[in-house]
Amino acid sequence: MEQQWYMLTVIGKDKPGLVAKVTAALFGIGCNLGETSMIRLGGNFTMMLMVQYDGNIAELNTVITPVTNELLLRCHVDAIDGQLHDHRASDVRISVYGADRTGIVSQVTNALAQAGLDIFDLISDVGGTPQHPVYIMHIEGHAAQGLEVLQNALCTSIEQGIEVHVAPIDTIIG
Amino acid sequence: MALLNVLVVPDERLKQVSQPVEQFDSSLRDFIQDLEQTMRAGPGGVGIAAAQVAHFERIVIVDVSSKPNIKHHGCLVLINPEITQWEGMVQGREGCMSVPDYTGNVIRAKSIQLTAYDKFGAKQSYHCEGYEARAIQHEVDHLDGTLFLDRVVSRRTDIFKRKHYQ
Repeated sequence: MEQQWYMLTVIGKDKPGLVAKVTAALFGIGCNLGETSMIRLGGNFTMMLMVQYDGNIAELNTVITPVTNELLLRCHVDAIDGQLHDHRASDVRISVYGADRTGIVSQVTNALAQAGLDIFDLISDVGGTPQHPVYIMHIEGHAAQGLEVLQNALCTSIEQGIEVHVAPIDTIIG
Repeated sequence: MALLNVLVVPDERLKQVSQPVEQFDSSLRDFIQDLEQTMRAGPGGVGIAAAQVAHFERIVIVDVSSKPNIKHHGCLVLINPEITQWEGMVQGREGCMSVPDYTGNVIRAKSIQLTAYDKFGAKQSYHCEGYEARAIQHEVDHLDGTLFLDRVVSRRTDIFKRKHYQ
């Protein structure tokens, strides 16, 4: 029988060696890793890992929690209904930046959702200086109603000084 | 004609450097027919290199004519291709029949100049740009044992087009 997939969420103050120690602990108890996202956000290190494990959620928690506690990380485990090889190809990339203010993500993503965008990937960052922060966001997904509809939906954001670029992703398969 | 078996990673043969074609004969043209059929059988395939089917001669086929509104040369059979000029850089998304279920961003030249022999042994030269230039660079890489995975850049970066350059 195929092992259950779990989603392991680990966060804590960033320091060198976290990925190595957490993944070594998982390997040590026979876990198989699938797709993961690991990134530093605001001085914290965040990890989301698809973990395949031959045991139940309580057993996985029992073995991983001492390791994450020792590293001063917080850990959460969910059983998931997921599998590998479930990718969907993005056909559009939306790049957004502007002077940081409350509501940019909400405004842009709501406009895009109403224009038929299915988001597969969104990453955002705050650059600039503490005095003049700049919000920068990259979104990829599937534009069910086409790129022109997305571009039109973002007119309000553009009028409010947010720079937006909508570009097709034409994937070469060679 | 026959569909050929496509090598997939981590098959070590994909890292093999291909050798120049020396004989432009009917067996070469028969192989090219099979190679083209194999390319067209792959979902969305716009190019293929002989190395992808474990034939280690410098042969690639590129046909991006199915893409609307782009410049292209139709179905290009490029034998012993040599890219002689590269201009500009642009990031684009690539996938590969030899790397199923994964796509990644790769930086390539925007336009290229190349020479190659056709299937009858006549030397040709081409100027290609955009999507077609990208496809050719991807396929020529295969001839040197390089996969797009060897060139992939982070998805967590992007290039903004500047509106003004003053």
